[in-house]
Order: sequence, then structure tokens, then C-alpha cells
Amino acid sequence: MQKVVKQRMMALNGDEAVAWAVKQSNVDVVSAYPITPQTLIVERISEFVHNGEVDMEFIKVESEHSALSACVGAAAAGARAFTATAANGLQLMFEILYITASLRLPVVMVVVNRAPSGPINIHCDHNDTMGARDSGWIQIYTEDAQEAYDSTIQAFKISENPEVLLPTMVTLDGFFISHTLQNVSLLPDEVVHEFLGVRKVPKIKVPEIHGDKEVPLMLNPRYPLTFGPLDLFDYYFEHKRQQIEAMMRAYKVIEEVHREYAEISGRSYGDGFIEPYRIDDADVVVVGLGSTMGTTKTIVDELREEGKKVGSIRVRVFRPFPRERLKKVLCNFDAVGVLDRGISFGHYGQLYTDLCATLYGVKDAPAMIDFVYGLGGRDMPPKLLKKIFEEVLEARVKGPEPVFRIKGVR
Amino acid sequence: MAKEFVPNIRQLPKFMKEDPGILPGHRACAGCGCAIILRQLMMARRKPLVIANATGCMEVVTTIFPYTAWKTPWIHVAFENAAAVAAGIDAGRNKLQRSGRFSDDPDVSVDYDVVALAGDGGTYDIGLQALSGALERWHNFLYILYDNEAYMNTGIQRSGGTPFGAWTTTTPVGSKIKGKPLTKKPIVDIVVAHRIPYAATVSPAYWVDALKKFRKGLETEGPAFIHAFGVCPRGWRTDTKDTIKLSRLAVETCFFPLYEVVNSEWYLTGPSLTIAKNPERKKPVEEYLKLQGRFRHMLLPENKWMLEKFQELVDENWEIILKRAKNV
Ligand SMILES: Cc1ncc(C[n+]2csc(CCOP(=O)(O)OP(=O)(O)O)c2C)c(N)n1
Ligand code: SF4
Ligand SMILES: [Mg+2]
Repeated sequence: MQKVVKQRMMALNGDEAVAWAVKQSNVDVVSAYPITPQTLIVERISEFVHNGEVDMEFIKVESEHSALSACVGAAAAGARAFTATAANGLQLMFEILYITASLRLPVVMVVVNRAPSGPINIHCDHNDTMGARDSGWIQIYTEDAQEAYDSTIQAFKISENPEVLLPTMVTLDGFFISHTLQNVSLLPDEVVHEFLGVRKVPKIKVPEIHGDKEVPLMLNPRYPLTFGPLDLFDYYFEHKRQQIEAMMRAYKVIEEVHREYAEISGRSYGDGFIEPYRIDDADVVVVGLGSTMGTTKTIVDELREEGKKVGSIRVRVFRPFPRERLKKVLCNFDAVGVLDRGISFGHYGQLYTDLCATLYGVKDAPAMIDFVYGLGGRDMPPKLLKKIFEEVLEARVKGPEPVFRIKGVR
Repeated sequence: MAKEFVPNIRQLPKFMKEDPGILPGHRACAGCGCAIILRQLMMARRKPLVIANATGCMEVVTTIFPYTAWKTPWIHVAFENAAAVAAGIDAGRNKLQRSGRFSDDPDVSVDYDVVALAGDGGTYDIGLQALSGALERWHNFLYILYDNEAYMNTGIQRSGGTPFGAWTTTTPVGSKIKGKPLTKKPIVDIVVAHRIPYAATVSPAYWVDALKKFRKGLETEGPAFIHAFGVCPRGWRTDTKDTIKLSRLAVETCFFPLYEVVNSEWYLTGPSLTIAKNPERKKPVEEYLKLQGRFRHMLLPENKWMLEKFQELVDENWEIILKRAKNV
């Protein structure tokens, strides 16, 4: 076991923490376009580049569509590529999200969660990244600036693993995290360099073109490859199956990278996928994503003081969805409240539907209630969270109906 | 800039045999002028190319998994972003080169020229923003617009590059509106307004002129742009044997003048320079139009005004270019 390294503490907000992670991660190409509340990321990286503190190409593109397109080009050329965006920017990238994943390029993107327009809004909800959950990207939702820093570094290692080769999206809550100052422990540069190395390009066999030779999977005149050919009903499906399988292999890699990182940094987030809090003897739990789950812990403590057996579980990795872990743990409770900072109009919140699918047909599945909250950055005050816990406790006797409850709305 | 490249007709066949860049057997229609442009680009290489190809005919006809016509590293991402993908490749290459990343890997070379390749739809219309951004940012790449004057891949719909009067499936010849009522966007003017170091037009009929320009575009430090005239027998309703003839007539009628714009200075080249000096050699545009089914309605007596308008538009454009040209 490796020794935890000595680290430097800096007062940073979430965006700055991400910029520092990018600075230390041997990123070759950054291609990004500003959008609130992500702007500080591109501003800080610009400062690093303009002050010669880091050697990377920063393409200041004219749109997010081009931001991700240029990352695709750079990654196909063999470079480590990074971008960052939010809401409308992510939506402008939509077409290229799917293509990045299907080209199996290990691009890393940080999304600072912001409510999608319209009406136009700049504050946090999760509907932007939830809209991208089916695009083939790994998704990690972080709780605070420290975790955003740690997860950004981890993301490169996960994505570039030859067993995975999928892009990763790390998210942090707009303003709540992106603009809130926090003490963040930064690993020494050389430790991050050693952890990640420079981008390595996997080798593959393409017998039809290059015979037995294992050739680098990149745009390379020595061994030319064709990326992104037309692909119709005779092979497309097999390629999708490969993507499905790569996502399944990602479980193990995410866990390993999280563990390896924990050994160096001394920081871990549950098992890397879910972070349970005081659940051991709990009767009911609340499950959710992102920064709200920090407040939730405080409420759990308060309710425990009052003798109520409650706990919380934060889902950190949303894709691939930690369904086996959740299945196992959630059956221990009588009732589960799901916090959704997003909504699929005409249905429930996205986390709730995924949890229902996970628990369908499972013996001893808990009663589940969906609490949709916080759209457009609406605050989730401790009082409201407490109320939610109380409703979940009540569901033990009264049952979960109505299962769909909107909270904090007039 | 290096010593001027003069294509050597004796060495070219050998060069292309040993290192064709693109192979035969792709699925372009017989007589496709755009496929000829790709071959001519390959003939002008000074070093290997890496190509970012927009969605469109050239992407579709050269690939279908598991087949590829490319013996060149090639990537297709989407329709509107060839310039942005090329920008990313350029940036990646720069960083890999200066950090010596693969210098001791005999299986990798990062020494190549970057080319973006897109049709008129992918350039005049949906790709214009990405193109403009990449030009402004001064990426080191050559953007090649192969202009077949409509969205051919999706079945001949009009684009900003479709000329006046032309029939397409979205500008049908109706009883009220006949063909495209609007004109072609002056794409080279738009590009040149970015004050890039090199822009040029090429027609495959004048292959020496074309090869020289492709080479100059590849040698240019910073962004370069080539507008290539791409006959599409399928979409233009022309005879497959007429492709080169049409590529010549487009120039001889001054519908598609050949020129280059070096650091914002305009120079006519080849036959267009000859016509500028001998205006009597300029052919009436009808000679070019009458070979094409897409303009057939314009030759009917009741639509004479369309033919006249087309000629006026050609004359106007030619006058503008003559005024700009430094070498006439
Ligand atoms: C965003 C998007 N919109 C529309 C399409 C459908 N589409 C594919 S190719 C094409 C037209 C291509 O036209 P052009 O660039 O002129 O190339 P050509 O096929 O004529 O060679 C269109 C509309 C697409 N692939 N992507
Ligand atoms: S439709 Fe036109 S441009 Fe496309 S391959 Fe056929 S001839 Fe070439
Ligand atoms: Mg076209």
C-alpha cells in the first residue's frame, strides 16, 4: 500500500479546483467556450497558459459544438483533450457527445450543472447532464470542490484505460460548488504526473488493413486508419454492443482508479460509486446526487440526535449506473426518498426512474418516493430536507403514495 | 514558401502507384468530378495528409465499414464541423511535435499536413461558423471545399452554393417558381475577408494549375482555402463523359474563374488570365448551361430572361474579379 502524500491546501472554488486538476493532468489540448457558471474554469486555464505555467494548446473556439469537435480531432490525433461547459453549451454539443463516445475517444469534460433554457437561467439543476445520460459518456456527479478536483484527475485515467476507452463527464453543481470557496487539498504536480502519465494510445489489430501488426489507434501516417466511416445495419449494432460492453467493463476500472487514488490522496468517496452515510441501522434513507447530499448529511445527524433512524446515500457515478450496489443496499430499508434535481417531463425524475428499474421485481424492495426539487437553482433549505425525511418516515406506515412530490415550488 | 512546385508528369504515375493516398473501388458515381479532386489533391502532397472529412458524398462514397478507400489517416465526425475537427488535429499535432511525444516510437509519425474536406453544404451553410472560427484562430490547415452546388448526399437539395436558376429537389421547376431564385454566395470573398494567407479556386480540367494550388495551400503557414469545382453528373443531370468538358466550360465562360488570393492580393491564373487578356475568348454561358439537365428550363423561349439573368450574374462577378486582379 502506497503512503498518502503530503498535500498543499488552497482556498479554491469548484471551478478553480477543476482548472488546477486540468493544469496538473498533462492535458495536451483544451478546447472550450465560456458559459456561466463554467467560465472560471476557462479563465483560470487561460491564465495558466498565458503565464507559461503549463504547456498545452488552448483552442478558444467559437462555439461548444466546435469545442467538442476539436477535442475529438485532438484525441484522434493522439492527444489528451479536455473541455468544459454547462447547460446550453452541453446541448449545443449534443450531436458530438454521441460521436465522441462511439469513436471511443477518451475525452474528459467537466459540466458545471446549470438549468437548461428556457426560460434562460444560470443556476443549478441537473437537467442538462441528465439529457446527456444516454450519450455513451461515463458520468460522475461530485459533491464539492475537492471531489471535483479529485474526479477530474481520475476521469483521464478511467477514460484512457484500454478496457474502457469512453469519454467521461464530471459534473459539479453550478454556483453551489462552482463559485463557493472551499479548502481544497492539491496533490503535488509530480504525483499527478506519475498517477496519469502522458496520454498513451492503445494498439489494435486491423487485419484487413495492417495484417498482424498491432497499430496505434490514432491518426498516424505510418499506419493509416479510417475513423468514423459510414456504418449501416450490417455492423452498427455490433459497434453499439461494444460500447455497451465497454461501459460494463468500466465498473471495475472506476473502482480501481478510485482506490488507487485514495491510496495516494487519502480521500475516497464511498466505494467510488455510491457514498452511504449512517445507513447501517437505518429504517429509511434519502438518495440523491451532487451538493445537496452534503446538506443531507447534516440533516441525518440532526435527525439521529432526535432518535430517528435515518441515513443517506449519494450516487456518485450515474453512468454506468451502480445498479448491483444499489440493489443490494436499498433492500435493507423500509422506505427510500429519491432527490431529483431534474425531471423527465411526462414522467418522473431521472434518478427515480433508474432506481425503480433497478429494484423492479426485487424481493424486499423498499417503498420509494420521488422528490423533485431545486429546478433552476431553487434552494433546498435544511428545513425542507427535514420535511422530506419526515415524509419518507411516514411512508413506512402510510405507504409511498403519492410517489411523485414536487418540493419547494409555489 | 518553398521553391515552386511543378508537377512532373513523368514521375506522377509512379508516385501515385506507390503511395496513392486514396484507392480506386470507392462508390462515387461514374464521372464524379469530386472524386477527381481527391486524386489531384493526393498528387500534390509534399508529406502525408491527415484528413477531416465532413458528412457528404465524399465521406459516404469512400467508406462503409469495414471498407475504406483511404490509405491516408482520415476522420469523419459530423456535417458542420470539418474545420473544428481539423483545428483539434492541428493543435494535437503541435503539442505532440513540440513535446517529442512519439519521437522514439517507430510506429508513429506526427509529421503531416492537415486537410479539412467538405462539400458546399458543409461549407457555405451549416459549416460556415466552424470554418470562420478556424480561419480566425489561424490554424495551420488547408480547407478544401468541393463544390457540387447542392446537397448531393441527401438527394440534390439546394445549398447556399447552388447557382441561380438551378433545379434541385427543393428548388423544383414549378409553374410559379422555376429553380433557385437566388444566387451563389461569394464564398471565397467571405473566406478572404478573414485575411488568410492563401485562397484559390481550382477546376479539375486544369490539373497542373490545380496541383500547384493544392501544393501552395499545403505549404502555407496558417490557414489556406481552396474552392474546387466539382461536377456531379447525378445531381446536375449531365452525361458522365462530359465531366471534364464541363469543368473546362465553367472556366471558359467565366462562371468559375480560376484565381488565387495571396495575402489578400488577387491573381488570375491559367485560362482565366488568358481570357482577361483576350476578352473575345470568353464563351457565352449558354454553352456551359445547355449540357446540364438542371438548367434545361432556362433554355426554353419563355424563360429567356433566366438565361439572360444568369449571363448578367456571370458578367458581374467576372468584372469584380477583373477589377481585383493584380496581374491584368
Ligand atoms: C446536422 C446534420 N444535418 C443534416 C444532415 C443530413 N445531411 C447529410 S449530408 C448532407 C448534405 C451534404 O451536402 P454537401 O456538403 O454539399 O456535400 P455533398 O453530399 O453534396 O457532397 C445533409 C443535409 C446531417 N448529416 N447532419
Ligand atoms: S452524387 Fe454527385 S458528387 Fe455524389 S458521388 Fe455521385 S456524382 Fe459524385
Ligand atoms: Mg454538395
